[in-house]
Amino acid sequence: MLRACLRGANATARKNYRRIPLTSLQQCRHYTAGESSASKVVVAGLLTVSGGIGGTVLYAKWDHKFRAAVEKNVPYSDWLLGLALGPAAQDPGLPIKKRVELAQPPSMIEKQAKKSAKKEGAEGPVKDSSPAPSQPAQSLEEASAEATHIISAIGEVPSVPAPCDTEAAAVKECNECHEHKEATAVHPAPTEPMKERPVEEVAARLAQQEQEEQDISASVSASLEDSLASSAKATLQAIGAQEAALQAIMQHTDKLKEAMEAEVLPEEKSNQWKDLEAALADRTTALNDARAALSKANESLDSLRSVIDESKGLKISSVRPLVLAAEENLHNMVVDLDKMVMKVQSAESEAKIVSQYSELVNEAKRQFQREVSSLTPEIQANWKGLTGKLSTDDLNALIAHAHRRIDQLNRELAEQKIREKIHIDAALEQQKLEDQKALDNAVNTALQHVKEDARLDQERKLAELREVMEAEMRTQLRRQAAAHTDHVQDVLKVQEHELKAEAEQVLSSKMLEQETRYRQLTQEQLDNFTLDMNTAYARLKGVEEAIDSHVVAEDEARKAHQLWLSVEALSYSLKTAEADVPTVPLENAAQAVRDSCRDNDFALALASALPEKSLQRGVYSEASLRARFNSLRSLARRVALIDESRNSLYQYFLSYLQAALLFEKSQEAPPSQLSSEDLDPFKLLSYASYCLEHGDLELAAKLVNQLRGEARRVVEDWLIEARLTLETRQVVNLLSAYANAVGLGTTQAP
Amino acid sequence: MFSMSEKELGKKWDRCLADGAIKLGTGLGLGIVFSVLFFKRHTWPISLGSGAGLGMAYANCQNNLRSHYMLHRGDKVGLSMEKID
Repeated sequence: MLRACLRGANATARKNYRRIPLTSLQQCRHYTAGESSASKVVVAGLLTVSGGIGGTVLYAKWDHKFRAAVEKNVPYSDWLLGLALGPAAQDPGLPIKKRVELAQPPSMIEKQAKKSAKKEGAEGPVKDSSPAPSQPAQSLEEASAEATHIISAIGEVPSVPAPCDTEAAAVKECNECHEHKEATAVHPAPTEPMKERPVEEVAARLAQQEQEEQDISASVSASLEDSLASSAKATLQAIGAQEAALQAIMQHTDKLKEAMEAEVLPEEKSNQWKDLEAALADRTTALNDARAALSKANESLDSLRSVIDESKGLKISSVRPLVLAAEENLHNMVVDLDKMVMKVQSAESEAKIVSQYSELVNEAKRQFQREVSSLTPEIQANWKGLTGKLSTDDLNALIAHAHRRIDQLNRELAEQKIREKIHIDAALEQQKLEDQKALDNAVNTALQHVKEDARLDQERKLAELREVMEAEMRTQLRRQAAAHTDHVQDVLKVQEHELKAEAEQVLSSKMLEQETRYRQLTQEQLDNFTLDMNTAYARLKGVEEAIDSHVVAEDEARKAHQLWLSVEALSYSLKTAEADVPTVPLENAAQAVRDSCRDNDFALALASALPEKSLQRGVYSEASLRARFNSLRSLARRVALIDESRNSLYQYFLSYLQAALLFEKSQEAPPSQLSSEDLDPFKLLSYASYCLEHGDLELAAKLVNQLRGEARRVVEDWLIEARLTLETRQVVNLLSAYANAVGLGTTQAP
Repeated sequence: MFSMSEKELGKKWDRCLADGAIKLGTGLGLGIVFSVLFFKRHTWPISLGSGAGLGMAYANCQNNLRSHYMLHRGDKVGLSMEKID
């Protein structure tokens, strides 16, 4: 049979050499009658083996799973295959993908970085966030990279809108600030004076200043008025004088002209000349007066100017209009005066011409007179009354003289006519010069007047502007003051609120305190009273309970006693077991126990935990079990080798042989912990014998429980019986312990 | 009631022996018969018969002793559906 087995094994091995590698050196031996040469066999065997190995190696090279299986199952094959094929390649499936993905995110992150850098650099934060969220849908790793990037970007992003916001806020704030500055500017202004000087002082100072100004302005105005009045008077006087002078000059000139031209009677002529002289005298006096008045007027004007300048130097606003008015008046007066002076001058120049003419005429007359007198010394000047006195010689001499004179005059006239142009030119030149002078003078005066006018205009305009600005400033100040008052009002209101709230809070807290204290006291009283009541009640209850428990305890004691009696009966019935005969059925005793502990759940449970078999049939005693075990032991030894896999007759034979040949200790103390070599059936049996001999049925049962295979089947029934006995004994022990405990509990120590 | 598993083996052995004796005897007898009747008193049918008988007895005994460990055709086997991880 062995040979047949070997042959069969070889055949199957050869068939399945692909699956089961032939590294085990099974050599088939062919006992062919006749030609069995060892070398042939050896060679054939070697060829088969090498072929098998080579085939395995090739297939392993082609199929990696097969290689893995071989390496796992056959020892040292991994070394051999490694030698032949090199190390096994890594599984390329997943890691490549992972590497690809890993390669992707860095590029994506770079792109992201570039994009976001560009966008952060170029545009605002809104666009930065929009492309970022559009991308994380692609892959998880990208998304995570995105997330980190976004988080890092978001860390930067707020810096961009924040300045805008703060700028806007700052602008707003600035606007508000500007608005408030006007209001708050007033704040520091009054606060500073409030720190430095009190309001009354400021007001006093201001009042004082105003008072001073008013005084000064009053004085200035008074002085200005005075000087104005005086200068006006003087100027008027001067003008009047000038006018008078002018009139006088005109008169004189007219008279002179008349005198020159008119041919009137000698008496009237003398009257005329007298008048003329009177007029001349008048004129001179008038001119002198005029000059004096003019000088006075100039003086007064100068004084006025000085006063004006002084008051200008004071730089007080209230006197400015007065000053301006005074200046204007001054200017007007100066203008009038100048005009008059010019008029007078022109009249004078005319008069000069006329007088020159008259002088010339007079000169001519005198000349003629002299000539006449030289010719006719005895004739008097007044030759109109000479008609009867003159002789013909005289007359002839006179006529000859006259003729000579006429010739001379004609010659002179001719000369004069010739020299007319030159004279005219010279006269024109003179006139031009004089005109030029006069023009220059006039121009200068006019220029001065105009300049003065312009200056006054400017001053007036300045004054107006100043007024306007003053008015504006006043309105602005008023506005500021109004804003200030508003603000102060608001602040006051707020403060009022705050103070009110504070006061109320303080009040409420104090009230609360008082209330809580009151409540506490009342509560304390209540508590004390309740406590006393409770203690009294509790004591009463205690007394009642004590009495009740007494009754209950007695009842309990009785019940416990009963239970104990029944349990004793049960344990006694256990002892009725004899050798090989189980005990009586424990049903009755168990029933008695159950009756005696009807309301005790624990005992009831225990009582019902008794196994059925013990109730119906009874249990074996330990002695019987021990005896039985001894016979069992030899049988178990004999079938120690038999189990599911080894159960042919041959195995039985071997097992019997083993039992015959093996010697072990009949009793051996079991160790506290079983190791794997202690699970040998012989050892177990010796341990179990020892335990049984020493009365430890439980441990023996445990050890016997470790038997396996046929031996286990053989001792199965014994094991069941042992278990049953153990169970019953355990339950009965528990019950008796419990009954004892209860009984002890209920007894009262004296 | 008082089932003793240790007695089973003994019973099996008894049966084995009895069976073996019967089969051996029967085989021997048949062999003799055949040898005498059909095979001209050669010894080989006798040995064949006794051998067969002995073999059958052996197989029977073995089967008997193994019977506990073998699955029989009428037995129902419980399947538990477990996840194959």
